[in-house]
Amino acid sequence: MWIDPSRPAERALVTHGHADHARSGHGAVWATPETLAIMALRYGTEMGTPVAYGDGFEAGGVKISFHPAGHVLGSAQILLEHAGERVVVTGDYKRRFDPTCAPFEAVACDVLITEATFGLPVFTHPPIEDEIAKLLAARAANADGCIVVGAYALGKAQRVIAELRRAGYHAPIYIHGAMQKMCDLYAAHDVPLGELILATGLAKAEMKGAIVVAPPSAMNDRWAQRLPDPITAMASGWMRVRQRARQRNVELPLVISDHADWTELTDTLLELRPAETWITHGRTDALGRWCELHQLKARALDLVGREDEDEG
Amino acid sequence: MQAFAALLDGLIYTRSRDHKVRLIADYLRIAPDPDRGWALAALAGTLSIATVKAAAIRAMAEERFDPMLFRMSRDYVGDTAETVALMWPDVSQDIVAPTVSEVIDVLNSTSRARAPAVLAELMDRLDANGRYALLKLATGGMRVGISARLAKIAFGQAFGLSVDDVEEVWHALRPPYAELFAWGEGKSERPDPADSAFFRPFMLAHPLEEGNVDLTAFAAEWKWDGIRIQIASTGGETRLFSRGGDEVTGAFPEIAAAFQGIGVVDGELLVRGDLQGGEAASFNALQQRLGRKNVTAAMQAEYPVFVRLYDILFDGTEDVRALSWTMRRNRLEMFVAKLDPARFDLSAIIEARDFDHLAEMRAAARAAAIEGVMLKRRDSTYLAGRKVGLWYKWKREPLVADCVMMYAQRGSGKRSSLYSDYTFGCWTPDGALLPVGKAYSGFSDAELKWLDRFVRNNTVARYGPVREVEKSLVLEVAFDAVHESKRHKSGIAMRFPRISRLRRDKPADEADTIANLRAMIG
Ligand SMILES: [Zn+2]
Ligand SMILES: [Zn+2]
Repeated sequence: MWIDPSRPAERALVTHGHADHARSGHGAVWATPETLAIMALRYGTEMGTPVAYGDGFEAGGVKISFHPAGHVLGSAQILLEHAGERVVVTGDYKRRFDPTCAPFEAVACDVLITEATFGLPVFTHPPIEDEIAKLLAARAANADGCIVVGAYALGKAQRVIAELRRAGYHAPIYIHGAMQKMCDLYAAHDVPLGELILATGLAKAEMKGAIVVAPPSAMNDRWAQRLPDPITAMASGWMRVRQRARQRNVELPLVISDHADWTELTDTLLELRPAETWITHGRTDALGRWCELHQLKARALDLVGREDEDEG
Repeated sequence: MQAFAALLDGLIYTRSRDHKVRLIADYLRIAPDPDRGWALAALAGTLSIATVKAAAIRAMAEERFDPMLFRMSRDYVGDTAETVALMWPDVSQDIVAPTVSEVIDVLNSTSRARAPAVLAELMDRLDANGRYALLKLATGGMRVGISARLAKIAFGQAFGLSVDDVEEVWHALRPPYAELFAWGEGKSERPDPADSAFFRPFMLAHPLEEGNVDLTAFAAEWKWDGIRIQIASTGGETRLFSRGGDEVTGAFPEIAAAFQGIGVVDGELLVRGDLQGGEAASFNALQQRLGRKNVTAAMQAEYPVFVRLYDILFDGTEDVRALSWTMRRNRLEMFVAKLDPARFDLSAIIEARDFDHLAEMRAAARAAAIEGVMLKRRDSTYLAGRKVGLWYKWKREPLVADCVMMYAQRGSGKRSSLYSDYTFGCWTPDGALLPVGKAYSGFSDAELKWLDRFVRNNTVARYGPVREVEKSLVLEVAFDAVHESKRHKSGIAMRFPRISRLRRDKPADEADTIANLRAMIG
């Protein structure tokens, strides 16, 4: 039995729906109902056994249960219990409030297998309210143009939309065609996103003052050229570093991430104090160094085939 | 500080030159005095805080952070100031952020030894963007793609003034430029610093592209291959300025000391005689001195410098720039007669029968220090900048162009540790740089070392092995020909480009345009 296998496996436990975690072609899949719905949307006929948060089952003497990871809709940590020893695989996680998914639950354990996407002390994600305020201010200052927000189609896009609503922005939000089905799926899972309009085939004049959410890959292609004076925004934890933002020609960087930042990563370790920590997925060296400084036993676990779909 | 920090970030993320100018202008209109004056100085590169060097920032970081975590972070971020700003913990929200002027005052009144601690206290009162702005302000080098010229253009735009009018007084004023802002807001007259010796903007020439000019309307003189220089003297005080208006008096004290006269003159700094390997050696010697605050007697003796005068801007206290070239030339001849002939002479007028004759003389000119021919309209007044149809420069073969370094890459073999391959560009009409070629030869070992250090100290981004540098260094590139190329975005490519000279004296925005290069196709 594998967790988030990168190659087709006979039996797979899947933490969440991002492509680098949920591949197609496995024999049997166990995942949360939301994750299974996302996989079905993406891969078509995918079948699997739903496991609700808090629920578990047994396989080969190991008790397996799923717990909220707070990363995207349906994202889970997986707890493995065997002979009194508890191992938690966090998958991707964050601890900030997110209106689009269940909040992270700290699960006591002996071994923690943690992600470290933003495992460098330079990564502190600012309060999302500040970033949304930046976006709304840029929109107000650019009434004749529009703002295109680059956001990954699963999770980030819906979170940005939901946070705009929470900030009192109730105008229609325009979305790229590639996001529509996922937004519908979120809405069907009781995540209200307000009025969304497909930003395809609309006249430039109609789009004045609009906020458009699009996958980052669409930002520099022909699709974006049809928009009126677009300001290029990007919602990603990488936007914290100016050079990263500049490299991608971003004019309005929004530091919005669905991963734990450095403080969340280290606070979680201090809170759980696992006997051993295995670090995967990201800056294993820096988080490992921090563990050493705090006398926590840790080692890096290098995984292959892990190129982030959600990219922070 | 927050407004200034927001401005810096805006400049970092804005690619369009016009938009950058607008952002600065908006800030300068709204920000209070003297904050905006200090900010203007920071952007124009005239602010220097002696107590804080890059070492102070490293010292401060080492005090707070684990060295290994700091190194990993620094390697990732690529910029020390930004790394420290991002790693620094956020302290309580309700502390009042310091203003720009408070930062300047505090840092200017501390000692070098105390600076790291003082800086740390200021850091504690700022958020991440504020901390970044603080460190950039304290160390200079904003790296936001703003030249001094652009900062002045923005100031002019903020207050509806022409940039030439701003240039005219700029060099007489000091940060935080209170008089400048008072003038801008219409609260006072334009500053009149007549009693001090300061820089006036140079008149510049366009390349002569084709055809010829009528020598009854234009005077011809040699274009000398040295360093263009302006000497301004009130009698009591004499100062020397290079092309961009930087003061270089300390680098050439013998010239300043020998200048006995009141006025402002324009000329070319040259080395007497055909010394030590001729042209290149002498030019390099001048360039080396240019960067110095003071020079030894030995250096002065080794390369005897003098100034060949082209023009006169002020005769005594009289502004003669509105006179015709012919009348100024008369004034200049009388002015030079009173100067020490060992240090000052007159750039001779070329007496040619007609344009063909001039072309012959130009082709026959063998002196290494002759770079070409200047053609000046006899009735032209002395105007700041490069005005159409008044002055032309007609350079000799090989073709050369002034380009701006954009990217650098390490060499191979024994140069693999040095950034020795350079991509350079020229300007488009809307103020962007497009690459026009790549060169990895033409410089000496000493120049290569200097270039390598320049690249390392001015990196703004890394793309694998390639570093993008601050677009501030002008490279004079020699090449055999230029031709159309579909492969390059600029539409042109050079044949056998090599670096003929480092033009550290030349501001980047005065480098050649793509159109200039295009005119050399043939
Ligand atoms: Zn993920
Ligand atoms: Zn992931």
